[in-house]
Amino acid sequence: MSSIGLLIVLAFYVSILFYIAHWAEKKSHSKWTNNAYIYSFSLAVYCSAWTYYGSIGVAATSGLSYLTIYIGPIIIIPTWMIILKKIIRISRVNKITSIADFISLRYGNSRFLGALVTLVCIFGILPYIALQLKSISDTFNIVTRTQSSTNIFSDTTTYVCLALALFASYYGTKYVDASEKRRGIVTAVAIESILKLVFFIIIGSYVTFFVFDDFDDIYEKAALLENFAQKNTIGGLSEGLNWFFLCVLSMFAIFLLPRQFHTSIVENNKEKHIQTAIWLFPLYLLLFNVFVYPIAWGGNILFEGQHLNADTYSLLIPQYFDNKFLTVMVFLGGFSAAISMIIVSSISLATMLSNNLLIPYGFVGSLQDISEEKNSKRIVLSRKIGIFLLILFAYAIYRGFVLDYSLVSIGLVSFVVIAQLAPAFFGAILWRRGSKKGAVTGIILGFLVCLYTILIPYAIGVTKSSSTFIQEGPWGFTMLKPFEIFGLNYLDPIPHAFFWSMLLNVMSYLAVSVSFKGNYRERNYAEMFVDIDKYITNHENAFVWKGIAYVSDIQKVLKRFLGEARTARALAIFNLKYNVDKNNNTADAKFIKFAENLLTGHIGTASAKILIASVIKEDKISLPEVLRILEESKENLIINKKLTDTSRELQTISEQLKDANIKLVNKDIQKDEFLDTVTHELRTPITAIRAASEILHDDDDIPLEVRKQFLKSIITESDRLNRLIDKILDLEKFETGKQKLYLSKNNILKTISNTLTPLQQLIKNKNITVVFDPDSDEIKAFYDEERIIQVIQNLISNAIKFCSSSSGKIAITVTEEQQNVVVKIYNNGNEIKAEDRESIFDKFYQSRDQNVKKPIGSGLGLAICKQIIELHKGKIWTEKTSAGATFIFTLPNYNTKENSPL
Amino acid sequence: MKKILIVDDEPNIVMSLEYTFKKNNFEVFIARDGLEALEILKTQQPDIIILDVMMPMVDGYATIEQIKNNPKLTHCKVVFLSAKNKQQDIDKGLELGANLYVVKPFSIKKLVEQVNDLIQ
Repeated sequence: MSSIGLLIVLAFYVSILFYIAHWAEKKSHSKWTNNAYIYSFSLAVYCSAWTYYGSIGVAATSGLSYLTIYIGPIIIIPTWMIILKKIIRISRVNKITSIADFISLRYGNSRFLGALVTLVCIFGILPYIALQLKSISDTFNIVTRTQSSTNIFSDTTTYVCLALALFASYYGTKYVDASEKRRGIVTAVAIESILKLVFFIIIGSYVTFFVFDDFDDIYEKAALLENFAQKNTIGGLSEGLNWFFLCVLSMFAIFLLPRQFHTSIVENNKEKHIQTAIWLFPLYLLLFNVFVYPIAWGGNILFEGQHLNADTYSLLIPQYFDNKFLTVMVFLGGFSAAISMIIVSSISLATMLSNNLLIPYGFVGSLQDISEEKNSKRIVLSRKIGIFLLILFAYAIYRGFVLDYSLVSIGLVSFVVIAQLAPAFFGAILWRRGSKKGAVTGIILGFLVCLYTILIPYAIGVTKSSSTFIQEGPWGFTMLKPFEIFGLNYLDPIPHAFFWSMLLNVMSYLAVSVSFKGNYRERNYAEMFVDIDKYITNHENAFVWKGIAYVSDIQKVLKRFLGEARTARALAIFNLKYNVDKNNNTADAKFIKFAENLLTGHIGTASAKILIASVIKEDKISLPEVLRILEESKENLIINKKLTDTSRELQTISEQLKDANIKLVNKDIQKDEFLDTVTHELRTPITAIRAASEILHDDDDIPLEVRKQFLKSIITESDRLNRLIDKILDLEKFETGKQKLYLSKNNILKTISNTLTPLQQLIKNKNITVVFDPDSDEIKAFYDEERIIQVIQNLISNAIKFCSSSSGKIAITVTEEQQNVVVKIYNNGNEIKAEDRESIFDKFYQSRDQNVKKPIGSGLGLAICKQIIELHKGKIWTEKTSAGATFIFTLPNYNTKENSPL
Repeated sequence: MKKILIVDDEPNIVMSLEYTFKKNNFEVFIARDGLEALEILKTQQPDIIILDVMMPMVDGYATIEQIKNNPKLTHCKVVFLSAKNKQQDIDKGLELGANLYVVKPFSIKKLVEQVNDLIQ
């Protein structure tokens, strides 16, 4: 394919990428750009051109060891649920935007440590970016069948670099606040991750099923090749150790690579997304590896003895069969892998460069006095220049150094350099005692070992076997041979460098941390990092600070970076969160931490601290004091929790009290209502008596007939009054339990007929038919006869009162059941409404049914009946009967049976 | 001759009131509850109505509301006659538009005087 043709395809592809980023940036709150899948796929920025091309190279030339860089991450990823979540929380509350911020903040917000970490990252990553550029250049040349150009203007990579620098500087610095999410970039990276995997699987399937018959076919043919068996075993103990160190190395890399820190932590907007990532990302890595082996050995079979660069087998195979489409597709996949890595790494490094190196060591002082707009412009510009510079440097390295190394070797050098951050990084979240001095010593010593054991030898040129430095050690000290320090000769150069650098790094980190205590600020952040879950909601509380500071001074600094409106809003939020009076001008520790956080996203932790510190006066605090304050704040948290528990208990109790009170009030109301009704009922006959008496007293001319009527009314009303008083007293006795029952064995039929006798005249007068057979068998029960007569009398009186006035009928039936004697008294009057059936037994209850005439009576009769029956342990109720009303009561008879156990 | 409507469900009280007011030259109408009273008021416009509060069917409160809403009865004075003697009951009665609230038991002589004062 011609260079021009491929360039057009590339231009088209890159413009699609720009479009996706543009679209995602606009839809930055849509579920299409904010989901766990975009997050998980963006993590696959891990799989750079190294994975895409380099794994095949390793598999073809050295065998299985390419697997280690996948096995490491797959082993460690399950711990993300705990470790990554913790790091995400720490970063979120502290507005951390890079690994340099993360490490330097933990060790007392140290400007020096931030700069050191930045330098280590730049040293580690720049060659790696150069490596990606090399892969783009190499593969471009293969696809177009051209030779690599020595003239920078005819080298396609020059233009690719420019395009990438533009893309990254435009979408990577859209916001001054580096902790803002860059949805455009992340979505574009995720899409590229999907594309590179799909393209890789397509080429893999092509090689396996079209070029060859299937996996078995490749295996059988490959097995015949030289060294096949040897390349496909792990080997002995020394190889095992190599494997082990490479696995650990890539475990560290998945946390520490700036691009991984960026995609997994800075760009994480929901902790929940980790749950998807921990299965989807390993699955992605596994899928990527399915076809590495067939392509590698397929290439070995096809190109046996031609000594081609095995890294590029995936391009050479389709090209060999003259499949242009697949060749270009594979190229685009590799291109995607490379540029994703370059873009994310350069953004992340540029943020570190500006926030941890340029601003704190360069122009932080000049930022203090100019306007918000100018400050923001300068910060963004510094990042843009940073991105350009980094890509330019990488380009220079690509042109100057690495043209003759394989992808994997430089990739692993990068890993080892970055791994120097591991002790300080993991110590940051796990070990409170880890100190800044320890971290600095560890990183510097580890880095120096790296320099000696790999960086210098690689710069000299590993392949130059003539180098006496490598072959014999410096000045002939064989103990110091860079690849065999102290005679350690069974590790490959990379694991060897990793082993020695890590050993020295970890040892010095531990030893120095234990020997020299960190200052109070370090210890303060140590507590915050290690116990982040405790401080997550009110992390500003955990910041210990003493001194004199004014809100207005700090506000001035904030305004220069956030502007008037955002500063005011942030302050309002703070005042609301901590319930602070807005007129309060003395700043406390919480406010200082809050202000630092606001600035951190713009200028990094170190510069934020410098700026805020310039307007406040801090008093030194001793370490024990910090610990005491932190202890107190922890205790406060516990006390707070206890208080909340107690207050919840109190609430429950108060609710119970309220309930009880309502019941009492209800009882009171009932009592009041009862008294009201009683007095009303008492006043009514008195009123009648009084009126009649007054007339009789004042009027001497009353005709005799009328006079008699008045006198009669006085008599009936007096009787009514008397009855009422009796019943009230009765009821009171029953209710207070003063009424005793005098139980004796009685025949209920006899009792009923005794009750009926005095009523016979009334029944006869009202022409009522009574159905009752008193001569059937005796039905005996224990009861207080006088009281039961009272009940039956009341029920029969009611029946007489309410039965049909024209042809009244009352039926009394008695039945004997297993445990009860049941008495039913029926009358053919009006039915009792369902809603009245229970309340009819209440004191002074009057039917709400407006059509029923108010019964003449005390309103207490049924209430008393109920008390009497219940005292006998019986029941009384009324039942719906067709045309009429039935009252039923039961009396227990078990104690009257001869064979009764009682 | 002035017309009076007596509304009460206690026959013995009604009897005394009827006797006394007839003797004082009133034309007397009797109702045993609010419903009967409203029935009578369809055809009669008494000068004064004596109204019990606690009655079956339509009580005194509901009855006075009906009376006050009837434009033909605007001249009609209303006296509550009730055993409910708490201040809040009295206030409620007067709020509803009664001209007088007399608590039971009452002096029948005084009641006649008060009624006469009202309708003059």
